[in-house]
Amino acid sequence: MTAELGHLALALAMLSGLCLAVFPSLGVWRRDTRLMAMASPVAYWQLLLVLIAFVCLIENFISHDFSNQLVANHSNRDLPFWYRVAASWGSHEGSMLLWILMLALWTAALAAFSGKLPQSMRARVLAVLGAVSIGFYLFALLTSNPFERVVPAPINGRDLNPLLQDPGMVFHPPLLYMGYVGFAVAFAFAIAGLIEGRFDSAWARWVRPWTNIAWGFLSLGICLGSFWAYYELGWGGWWFWDPVENASFMPWLTGTALIHSLAVTEKRGNFRSWTVLLAIMSFSLSLLGTFLVRSGVLTSVHAFATDPTRGVFILIFLCIVIGGSLSLYALRAHTVHSSQAYGLLSRESMLLANNIVMVVAMFAVLLGTLYPLALDSLDLGKISVGPPYFDAVFVPLMLPALFLMAIGPLSRWRDTPMLPLIDRMRWAFAASLLIALLLPFTASEDYKPMTALGLWLALWIAAAVLLNAAENMKSPSARMDASRLLLQPGSWWGMQLAHLGVASFVMGVSLVNSYEIEIEKKLAPGDVLKIDKDLSLRYAETLQRRGPNYEAIQVRFELLEGQRVVGELRPEKRRYNSSKMVMTEAGIRRSLLGDLYIALGEAHGDGWLTRVQRKPAVNWIWIGVLMMGLGGFWAAGDARYRRSPVTRFAAPGLHQASSKAEGQTG
Amino acid sequence: MSRWLRAGLPLLVFLLIAFFLLKGLDRNPREIPSALLNRAAPTGALANLSPLEGFEHPLQFQELSGQVWMLNVWGSWCSGCQIEHPLLNHMAQERLLPIVGLAWKDAPAQSKQWLSRLGNPYATVLMDLQGKAAIEWGVYGAPETFLIDKTNTIRFKHVGPLTAEVIDRQLRPMIERLKQ
Repeated sequence: MTAELGHLALALAMLSGLCLAVFPSLGVWRRDTRLMAMASPVAYWQLLLVLIAFVCLIENFISHDFSNQLVANHSNRDLPFWYRVAASWGSHEGSMLLWILMLALWTAALAAFSGKLPQSMRARVLAVLGAVSIGFYLFALLTSNPFERVVPAPINGRDLNPLLQDPGMVFHPPLLYMGYVGFAVAFAFAIAGLIEGRFDSAWARWVRPWTNIAWGFLSLGICLGSFWAYYELGWGGWWFWDPVENASFMPWLTGTALIHSLAVTEKRGNFRSWTVLLAIMSFSLSLLGTFLVRSGVLTSVHAFATDPTRGVFILIFLCIVIGGSLSLYALRAHTVHSSQAYGLLSRESMLLANNIVMVVAMFAVLLGTLYPLALDSLDLGKISVGPPYFDAVFVPLMLPALFLMAIGPLSRWRDTPMLPLIDRMRWAFAASLLIALLLPFTASEDYKPMTALGLWLALWIAAAVLLNAAENMKSPSARMDASRLLLQPGSWWGMQLAHLGVASFVMGVSLVNSYEIEIEKKLAPGDVLKIDKDLSLRYAETLQRRGPNYEAIQVRFELLEGQRVVGELRPEKRRYNSSKMVMTEAGIRRSLLGDLYIALGEAHGDGWLTRVQRKPAVNWIWIGVLMMGLGGFWAAGDARYRRSPVTRFAAPGLHQASSKAEGQTG
Repeated sequence: MSRWLRAGLPLLVFLLIAFFLLKGLDRNPREIPSALLNRAAPTGALANLSPLEGFEHPLQFQELSGQVWMLNVWGSWCSGCQIEHPLLNHMAQERLLPIVGLAWKDAPAQSKQWLSRLGNPYATVLMDLQGKAAIEWGVYGAPETFLIDKTNTIRFKHVGPLTAEVIDRQLRPMIERLKQ
């Protein structure tokens, strides 16, 4: 019964999506304010209906309703409660419903927080979101219905893939989708702007917080996914250039470019067509990602349930949305021209450099992901492009970007005199270079230039953040006053936090790539393995453990410092009851300095082949990405986005003048 | 003219991508018709390869002729291989048939680590460092699995990770039949 209720709710939700797409647009066309005002209530109704559908699906999973095909395929009586909840988005159909829920959530949020927008703009933006959602409703209802019944119902379900039975599954997909789908808002604003021919600073100010929040969620989602892969897959790697990872990484890259390009559009009225294009691209890449993952065009770890008819559907949808919006862009691009002159060394050119690098990087990833497909289509054979390609392309692209990243926030809009800038930054430059050159000597005997380079860039960015803070602490009387930082707006804090996050990320990557060690040895109870001159590891005992739906063999290792026990690690081998699959659960001892990572291999007599890895500073990678994501949220919370335009500007004609004045100070 | 070109360029790029996606659709990457199906298996290409040290036992590659066996192409760099690996382990435990592993373009040290961590289902592991044998076998990507019968003819091929369904519905019946 619940399943049918969910199905009905989903169908009704589609109807509300249709209303949302049609009536407000009609209202704008006929200048009928009542029709335009329909947008918000319809958006709330849509959210309510989708929520009902989603709750129904979760209820099916929780109550073991195996007459629902999806539950029968992806759940099991022994599956713990939270994994049953997560299993509802652990399948293709369920993840599409999650996508729809996220879109409804963003749409309703936009309806709730866009009271200040001109009514026509608000109606158009919501209508675009409604139109996009129709495609997804049709997709779910026609090709991937999550409420399909199976008769007769099996007694027990096939179970969720053990790889997905992890707390990561509970949080990673919702966060990631929140980010993915969030770019729909920027996209809707871009389309509405193109139709209305309006791309002034006010427009950019409306889009910025939404984009920052979406980007923040995407960052957190990617971060969590990478963290999860690190401990679950048992390889100790944190990024695999898997097609699905790439699918989430591409919108992140263009999204990063977008949030920077929006800054220029808001403050200087420049880069308008870039901004529009980036907004379209970010959402298009989210859709493309969905296509790649769901259509079965590419195979990957994540490609559960693929089906060519779905592929055809998504491709048509993709052509309508992306092709349509790019055609609109081609027709209207001449109206969005902006040409404020700026010098070679100015904040504009720094941000332009950022945009170019991000977009080129995105195309490099796109090429690596699609190249095998393109060759195959042209009958040139099938090949696979692995991590070597991505590493070779990515690193040289990012190095100059990281260098410029430190300079960007310290340069001024329009033009920056070269010599004073050098004068301001010389100490940051010298100090970061010196520390980076000397630090690797203390860590190990063999000196690696790439480590020094990575460290230098990380320290250089961090030093620039500190310098920026120090300059802002200076009061007019040249006294240092830390409380002055509190006067800085949220967007300043967000940017500094995110940039510091990049520094932390670069630091983590360079240290872990240069100094990780790996020891592999057969160990039996009582054996002691020396890790370095202080630390050693003792195989204490083998334990049996029974989990909720698996049997596990656990080995307890004691970490010794000299003769003193300072900690213990418990790697496991789990055998899941329903699928009989064996999973390796790594034992990890985490610290800011680095992780100790133990994974069990094969049994040997009464012991195990054991792989021990030391991963220095590996956590800095995720801490860095976390900081980036939080920085995005902080910047979105900037008070100026909440200020009402009426109190701010006396008349609409003053928009440009006032944003210019702001440009001088910000 | 150049203004229109600039404005329309993004659209052109997208159309190009869409074209490839469309062409890609009717090529299911998991069901690639092999030119080698029902032909003699190019075992000669395997004979020159050296086995991965420590993982060649208990079966030497030459002993396979006259048996039904399976060739599984994998690499430690390949994520799909990790997915199917437990299933291969299971098949090996059942002693269904000898499975030969072809470590494709993989560093031997990495291969060893992988196998010791995830278990070794293979009767023997051959190292195809340059990927030449894989070309002879028409390998598209890893993982890929071939079933070879007693007369050394390729009878079945699967591209992409094996699933429990493929093994139970396709592989197992075919193996039973070929063994008779």
